Amino acid sequence: MSPDSNRTFFLDGQEIPFREGQSVFDAAMSAGVFIPHLCHNPDYEPHSSCRLCTVIVNGRPFASCTQPAVAGQMVQSDTAELRAMRRTLTQMLFVEGNHYCPSCEKSGSCKLQATAYHLGLQDNHYPQFFPRREMDASHADIILDRDRCILCGLCVRISRDVDRKNVFAMTGRGIHTVIVVDSASGLLKDSRVTVEDEAVQHCPVGAILVKGKAFEVPIGERIYDKEPIAVASVRRFQAREALTHG
Amino acid sequence: MSQAVTTQAQESVQQILQKHPRDAGELLQILVAVQHAYHWVSEEAVGLIAEHLRVTRAHIRGLVGFYSFLSDSFLGDYVIYLSDNITDRMLGNKEIGKYLCSRLGVKLGRVRSDGRVSVHFTSCTGMCDQGPAALVNGRPVTRLSRERADRMVDLIMARTPVSDWPPELFLVEDNFRRSDVLFRRAFEPGAALKSALLRGGDETLKAIQFEEAVDPASGIAWKRGADETLKELYRSDLRGRGGAGFKAALKWEACRDTPAPERYVVCNADEGEPGTFKDRVMLSSYADMVFEGMTLCGYVVGSSQGILYIRQEYWYLKAHLEAVLARRREAGLLGRNLLGTGHAFDIAIHWGAGAYICGMESAMIESIEGRRGKPRKRWPLPVVAGVEKRPTVVNNVETFAAVAMVALKGGAWFAGHGTMHSTGTKLFCVSGDCERPGIYEYPFGVSAREILRDCGGLDAQAVQVSGPSGTTITQQEFDRALAYEDLTTVGTFMIFGPKRDMFEVVQNFTHFFQHESCGLCTPCRVGTSLLANLVDRVAAGKGSPLDLEEVQRISHLMKTTAHCGLGQSAPNHLVDSLAKFRGDWDKRMMVGGFEPAFDLDASLEEARQLTGRDDDAAHL
Repeated sequence: MSPDSNRTFFLDGQEIPFREGQSVFDAAMSAGVFIPHLCHNPDYEPHSSCRLCTVIVNGRPFASCTQPAVAGQMVQSDTAELRAMRRTLTQMLFVEGNHYCPSCEKSGSCKLQATAYHLGLQDNHYPQFFPRREMDASHADIILDRDRCILCGLCVRISRDVDRKNVFAMTGRGIHTVIVVDSASGLLKDSRVTVEDEAVQHCPVGAILVKGKAFEVPIGERIYDKEPIAVASVRRFQAREALTHG
Repeated sequence: MSQAVTTQAQESVQQILQKHPRDAGELLQILVAVQHAYHWVSEEAVGLIAEHLRVTRAHIRGLVGFYSFLSDSFLGDYVIYLSDNITDRMLGNKEIGKYLCSRLGVKLGRVRSDGRVSVHFTSCTGMCDQGPAALVNGRPVTRLSRERADRMVDLIMARTPVSDWPPELFLVEDNFRRSDVLFRRAFEPGAALKSALLRGGDETLKAIQFEEAVDPASGIAWKRGADETLKELYRSDLRGRGGAGFKAALKWEACRDTPAPERYVVCNADEGEPGTFKDRVMLSSYADMVFEGMTLCGYVVGSSQGILYIRQEYWYLKAHLEAVLARRREAGLLGRNLLGTGHAFDIAIHWGAGAYICGMESAMIESIEGRRGKPRKRWPLPVVAGVEKRPTVVNNVETFAAVAMVALKGGAWFAGHGTMHSTGTKLFCVSGDCERPGIYEYPFGVSAREILRDCGGLDAQAVQVSGPSGTTITQQEFDRALAYEDLTTVGTFMIFGPKRDMFEVVQNFTHFFQHESCGLCTPCRVGTSLLANLVDRVAAGKGSPLDLEEVQRISHLMKTTAHCGLGQSAPNHLVDSLAKFRGDWDKRMMVGGFEPAFDLDASLEEARQLTGRDDDAAHL
């Protein structure tokens, strides 16, 4: 894509081309600039809830995943202040749940963990909330460990929009928000979920896992063991772009 | 629950379902009706509703868990909610709560073992000028005292249905202490609508006969009347009274000009900002004016459907509001044939179920559509894609009331009041430490001092302007103007006398936001809890300077990154308090020491309970 002054904006001083209707996030990732994100998966509609992708557009903060790119706008993303804020947001996600990387089978392929490394998290900073959340291991093939949920809503959205099953929903409010499963018993085993569901495949953390797969890929060879999330994420995004937009 | 009760509930849920169309958008309204009838939403009810509306059980449970006044467990034959705004606290609601619980033999938040009664605290119920207040089975009891609590207890002990309680217990007063040009006279139903139609005269705007204006054949006069009314609204420079101050005419024009087969007019009566109660007074005594403003909006933007979204706390106004709507339909001021013009506009009432976030317009629209009140993505704006993705005007109660007066008396007249950038008048909800709490109407630009003088509160040390999400002002700031040019306000005006401990105010507000955060975005969901924990730490005498730095840091993060106005404004009061009332914080700070945030001994409590031990060796 050749830069066209009518179709570019500036991200941390770098001129970024964009297509009509693209978000700031998508344009940045297309151009190879990583913006940290957790609730967004570029294969699905953005949600703007984790707020990690917050950037400053013409002096005002916006979530880049839902902010349309506009020609000539000045966007800041990789600033000391925004890096610090993203670090704090990630720490918040760690303390509100129960995340124990060493015992989590998602370790190495977990976006929360990889993002924490990317942002240079040294600790959780805040006291842990130690919430009591129910684990659902009732299903033969699938496990729902609410302790590890970061409430990105991807399973809810994908089950609704792609699988068309509405297996997952959220209940509670505020800090008490939790994922619930659609069945009379509220358990996965009585729901319509199957391992083939897309909603089961795309949990960014270890909250929804397919049983029996824990060590198919050994530790040390997992996605973010091989390359940092900034590289893996951009590579994946650009490959997807190449497929859909030639 | 016994089987008998369950069976009875099933039958009646069916009856409730019969009254609602099979439309998923009806879900919240059905749940509200079920909650009122049975004081909970049972799993059986969830199943029946799921079948009726073809929505999932999980979706229904999602709503029951989200809205404060819905419950997935039985709350008792009598359900008492005590309002827990800071003004209620200042009037002794905690003491009344304790007294009620002890006399009823019930633990706070628990149902008595015989299923008779439960007592809870809830966010501000909008009775701050006549607190401490409570809701009993949805009906407000004001000016709670031991004596009134005793009467409630006796009635509950005697199993007297709430409908047979003495009406005097449920008396709610307007306390309209000062009126100005908007609310000085009673509003004549239909007068503003007729004025708007009469603006449809010929090009010279020469007066036309009413018959001519409303003639269904007279399409040009109809259209011109709408256009001229919009021009008057531009002339009035009316800004939305909800706080953001967006110009009403701009919003209306954008809605009108977005192509769509239908548009919606939504009136925001979800006034959840603690200390606010003007919607309650307007809907009690000026409902025609509000509905007429909505009808005018429908006329101008080309909408036939209005929705009044009203907070659950005002459920007691249901019969009254429905009667006003029915009367207006009879008078041809609503319905399929507005004043005989052949044009349609009607208003439906949608009830909230206890969620402050639903005052935020896109969350309100989600709630109207029968979902959890979660704000939508920032774009598109509701004015382009709101209710059912149709262009939607959302204005608040006071804005629509003002619209009616603009249509009646003209934009220039309206703009002649107030200030350059804040035209017209504003209702102020005065509560707290003063002699005459209530509603005061002033032209915009009035100083805090003038209001304090009029209500008898001049010795105040502080006023919380515009509620917990607003601004705390001190004595040195009492000459500041209440207007968009200076102190923006939804009208909330809570007064704190010289002896009040301003830290207690902060504690109340912080917990309010923790309770009301919708949970969508990280900074608000986690930040409100971290702030509440830090404030509680200071309250417990364990606060260190580092904790205060942390309060500032989290506040800044929330203001910058939160998804919506709730999270962005939730820390305002903390920042103000730290800057202006540091003394009330400092006297609680830990001196010459440090207490780790992690309390090792407290964390052993669970192990102590599991082992049944409480001896010295089980403590650190």
